[in-house]
Amino acid sequence: MISSQGSRRDSGKEEIRVEGLTMAYGEKIIQKDLNFSIYSGDIFIIMGGSGCGKSTLLKHLIGLIRPYRGRIIFKGIDFWNVSQEKRLEMLRGCGVLYQSGALWSSMTLSENITLPITQFTGLSQKEAKDIASFKLKLVGLGGYENYYPSQISGGMRKRAALARAIALDPDVLFFDEPSAGLDPVSAKHLDDLILEIRESLGATIVMVSHELASILSIGNNSVFLDSETKTMLATGDPKRLLMESEDPKIIEFLTRGTGKRELRLV
Amino acid sequence: MGEKKGLRGKIEIIVSEDQECRIVFSGNWTIYFRHEEVFPKIKELISTKPIKRIQISQKGLSSWDSFFVSLIERILNFLDSKGIETEILDLPEGVKRLLELSKTDLGQKRKAVKREAFFERIGEASFSVFSSMASFQDFLGRVTIAVFNILSGKSRLRYSDFLLYTQNAGARALPIVSLVSFLVGLILAFVATVQLKLFGAQIFVADLVGIAMARDIGAMMCGIIMAGRTGATYAAQIGTMQVNEEIDALRTFGFDPIEFLVVPRLFALTLMMPLLCIYSDLLGIAGGAVVGAGFTDITLLQYITETKNAVPLTHFSIGIFKAFVYGIIVAIIGCRKGLTCGRSAASVGRVTTSAVVTSIVWIILSCALITYICYVYDI
Repeated sequence: MISSQGSRRDSGKEEIRVEGLTMAYGEKIIQKDLNFSIYSGDIFIIMGGSGCGKSTLLKHLIGLIRPYRGRIIFKGIDFWNVSQEKRLEMLRGCGVLYQSGALWSSMTLSENITLPITQFTGLSQKEAKDIASFKLKLVGLGGYENYYPSQISGGMRKRAALARAIALDPDVLFFDEPSAGLDPVSAKHLDDLILEIRESLGATIVMVSHELASILSIGNNSVFLDSETKTMLATGDPKRLLMESEDPKIIEFLTRGTGKRELRLV
Repeated sequence: MGEKKGLRGKIEIIVSEDQECRIVFSGNWTIYFRHEEVFPKIKELISTKPIKRIQISQKGLSSWDSFFVSLIERILNFLDSKGIETEILDLPEGVKRLLELSKTDLGQKRKAVKREAFFERIGEASFSVFSSMASFQDFLGRVTIAVFNILSGKSRLRYSDFLLYTQNAGARALPIVSLVSFLVGLILAFVATVQLKLFGAQIFVADLVGIAMARDIGAMMCGIIMAGRTGATYAAQIGTMQVNEEIDALRTFGFDPIEFLVVPRLFALTLMMPLLCIYSDLLGIAGGAVVGAGFTDITLLQYITETKNAVPLTHFSIGIFKAFVYGIIVAIIGCRKGLTCGRSAASVGRVTTSAVVTSIVWIILSCALITYICYVYDI
């Protein structure tokens, strides 16, 4: 198994460590023996073929599913070995952008963002609304405060969901296939926006993706899951995996089946 | 689109000597044209002659579509299963390519679909009943804790949501509750009038309608209406949120979905149900009065006086208590079903139906239980 941790790793602070993680639905094992670390400032990509358990791993990392075996250490604390209150507090340090956006449909875009702000901070409704407007401007949706999710396009919903994900200025942002369902231009814009927000907020990003363009252009650390062996095949910088990996499955995935190891960043 | 008239698909079977034959397709072999039955001819051929090799070809094949390709594929598979060698000769290039494509293996291991034995299914269904009972108890416990947290001020109730649900479960339910309750009172009075007239005791129509509405019918009508209306809405709303990952989004922000989604709905419905019940009782009695005063010799004043004497506050109290219990049942079951919804549109429909049916069953069961307790304690 390749592990390409660069020199930055030595100085980078470990945000999340996954130790011997086995994921299962009931008794059905999805992935087993996963071990990898995510460092502060990483854009960490969870990649692999369809149905290999990428989204399930993401759900484990954000505390929606309890591991079958193994531990998830979040900022040095074993996530499932602390009280419910502590877990909820830890989750507030995370922002999640779901594949569908998952905006609360009964609320306006502004309310979607103000809800966590008013709930978990001492800010007034007015201050929270101002912050919501600012976050919407950051993602290019200034003026859409009073729109409902159903009144805007899919791409705008993703952006609004990103604005909500960064509502509490999280340390770690999780994205579940952010560019799924978007046209190439919108997908590129979203990638740029993710990079911009990561640079501005200094957040660590964990992303499920099988968009090669995104993986190779913005990812600097990754884990490759395999559905056949039900475990990870490699972890490290996806560009290095592309150039150095000897695993045929990884080569096939990262070269789109052509076998040509060339970096084509779109 | 109907079947087209025109040259239908034909086949010709040419048998040569040395145990070989050729199947020749001609005409239109698309889904919209009638065609000759192929398999009976082939079966007859191989049962009568010792054929070892069959060639498939065409002569004057006017048109074809994927129906033709699937037919060829089935013929090839059939002949293969019979141990007969096959060869495709001059079929169109597109047909050959589609046949090739249909053999594509994506390299994924096929899982054998195992059909479970009858007793295995019964066993699994029994276990699932126990596990769903356990998870329902867990849900009830969580709801109880959430209610206490909110009542004790540890958590905040979202008043905007609460008021919205109160309006939906209260004011907006009035038209349907009015109609149903008034008509039920009317029907009860008609049935009673016909029977009591035989004994010259029409005055007791007021007693019957009043007691029935106040003790049982008013609350039950409200319960059933709210199960079909509000309980279904709760299940569908929360179920759709589940499908759209909105509940996952709540969880990852550290919100407790029970405090956030269930408790405001529970409070709204349990507050509104007793009020709707009182309203329903009065409308039902008014419906009875229309029949009593309009179709018998009793005057409206007599009817009202008789109702007043026959229906003490205890009867109303029992009805109101039942409505309160039904409110809890409908809200809890509606929300619970919504939260157990899967990730598909079909499961939203399933949990909605299940919420209504389960709520009505539990309403009837709890009504029977409360009625029995009242009977035992002579209330």
